[in-house]
Amino acid sequence: MSPASVFVCLSLTLLSDYPVIRVKPDNSGVVTDGVKHSMNPFCEIAVEEAVKLKEKKFIKEVVAVSCGPTQVTETIRTALAMGCDRGIHVEVSGKDYEAMGPLQIAKIFAALAKKEEASLVILGKQAIDDDCNQTGQMTAALLDWPQGTFASEVTIDGEKVKVVREIDGGLETIKISMPAVLTADLRLNTPRYATLPNIMKAKKKKIANMKPADLGVDMVSRVEVLRVDEPPTRLAGVKVETVDDLVAKLKANGTI
Amino acid sequence: MMDCHFSLLYSAVLAIIWTLLYSVCAMRDTILNSLLAAAHGLSDEQKEFQKMAFDFAAHEMSPHMAEWDEKEIFPVETMRKAAQLGFGGIYVQPEVGGSGLSRLDTSVIFEALSTGCVSTTAYISIHNMCNWMIDTFGNTEQREKFCPELCTMDKFASYCLTEPGSGSDAASLLTTAKLEGDHYILNGSKAFISGGGDTDVYIVMCRTGGKGPKGISCVVVEKDTPGLSFGKKEKKVGWNSQPTRAVILEDCHVPVTNRLGQEGQGFNIAMRGLNGGRINIGEMAPDLPFLARDHLLVRKQFGEALSNNQFLQFKLAEMATKLVASRLLLREAAVALQESRSDAVSLCSMAKLFVTDECFNICNQALQMHGGYGYLKDYAVQQFVRDIRVHQILEGTNEVMRMIIARSLLSESG
Repeated sequence: MSPASVFVCLSLTLLSDYPVIRVKPDNSGVVTDGVKHSMNPFCEIAVEEAVKLKEKKFIKEVVAVSCGPTQVTETIRTALAMGCDRGIHVEVSGKDYEAMGPLQIAKIFAALAKKEEASLVILGKQAIDDDCNQTGQMTAALLDWPQGTFASEVTIDGEKVKVVREIDGGLETIKISMPAVLTADLRLNTPRYATLPNIMKAKKKKIANMKPADLGVDMVSRVEVLRVDEPPTRLAGVKVETVDDLVAKLKANGTI
Repeated sequence: MMDCHFSLLYSAVLAIIWTLLYSVCAMRDTILNSLLAAAHGLSDEQKEFQKMAFDFAAHEMSPHMAEWDEKEIFPVETMRKAAQLGFGGIYVQPEVGGSGLSRLDTSVIFEALSTGCVSTTAYISIHNMCNWMIDTFGNTEQREKFCPELCTMDKFASYCLTEPGSGSDAASLLTTAKLEGDHYILNGSKAFISGGGDTDVYIVMCRTGGKGPKGISCVVVEKDTPGLSFGKKEKKVGWNSQPTRAVILEDCHVPVTNRLGQEGQGFNIAMRGLNGGRINIGEMAPDLPFLARDHLLVRKQFGEALSNNQFLQFKLAEMATKLVASRLLLREAAVALQESRSDAVSLCSMAKLFVTDECFNICNQALQMHGGYGYLKDYAVQQFVRDIRVHQILEGTNEVMRMIIARSLLSESG
């Protein structure tokens, strides 16, 4: 029996263009106004994988989901242009959006996955602005579904999914039952370009709108950001003449 | 070489995949969203086209731009990849495989693509123009025979109007087409044909009737037709990713069924093709001011960054202003053409004239700002200068553009 629908959960991230990202003067966060946002690269890989699975006829429908302000619909449209069938925009804006973290997002995705009876939830492994690497894992835990994270290869085998994971020691292959949560790593695939005809077709695809409250999700954050600082400026090094000098200096400043 | 197309320089592609993700997206978004605003005023759909074209240019074209230029490679595989995305027949009707987009959509796409390689984008736009001519003036059989394969770029096309003796004075062309039974016998030669020798479908303007434009017809000549041969590959200053050759016709038999439109309609077809071509040839170089700016921010002389120098600041401001003005004029001309406004021809000529002159100046100025480094082939700036220089010449010289505009103005007052 082939899975009915796959949810691809997208994140809209800050593009880290180093000259441009600055810490706010009050150290409460990073300046996001006027900084270009775009679909998280790992989420693009997730979309590509979902669309490929549909093309191979393992799944019937791909739904692109994202949480955030209105801007996020652009990201969903890009996913539709890449081949997703429909989109869901969960509207979160203002203070709620600033405080939104992986746990809140995971609660939303979990609620949606249950509501729509998804068989697979695919996410990017982490967002490139906060590098949390938590949302996928939390979503799986909330749903009590198996997870295949850091996937570099995904194969559907009947009711199970074989996932090759990139881990510190190398590659690990696991087989998990569906429904399941997967997170995409860099080498899973190379995302396609949307074609001109698909971009035009995407206009006609539906994006449903809803709020976290509609899903019974409370957006209160359990995490309080105390302070955000820039990394310390790199200090100049010191040149020494001999190895003995080096050892002496390292001992003097307590390094060894 | 007929069509000029948008060309944009897109040079910084870093080696590491992570930084590639960041920096490519960042540069594209800088161009799209900065003051120089390539994305402003566009519909959501057009922004999607633009983003996709920028990405394609950055990943598939820009890394190879220098090699294609140096080794004179005609990048067939890359262009076919572009065709798979719908770039083979951007404004050709969907029922024969095209993407059915507007002239404005097309100009946005070419502007973005040219950031990857001016020369290759220029050829893609010539190909598109030929495809459109068959789609618009051909009958059902011709459209179904030629357009689908041109849209996928399984086959490539060339536009053959200019001859050794007739460039600006195109209507004085001498290539003859004598009707014999159900064939035309073509004799003559065409000069400076983009893609000549490597393409499959040749749109040839030839004389079936008397002197002047009304005696000219438009005929499709297929590769390997006996009597069709080519001159040597020309050695050019730029546009090296497309071969340029003379096209020689010696008792070349072409079936009458390959004629587009009526006898005597050929010149009109050729000029209609060029109107759109003139828009596409307005090469924008939208990232050149950024390249120049980035260099000015980094390069220090006399104890401070060049960007503190007022003269250079003013020069940069002028470049930016001319760029935005060029883009606005070009897009206006595109809209006028797609709405078939009465001022469309003049606007297309004005746009071509203004944009090609200004953008060459911008590229040239950017090279100057790079100092000695600008002259090295290690830096992409010089390739833009070389590639874009020809846009002031082909597609109707900028002198001919002035003729068209003046004629239109003077006839208005009469």
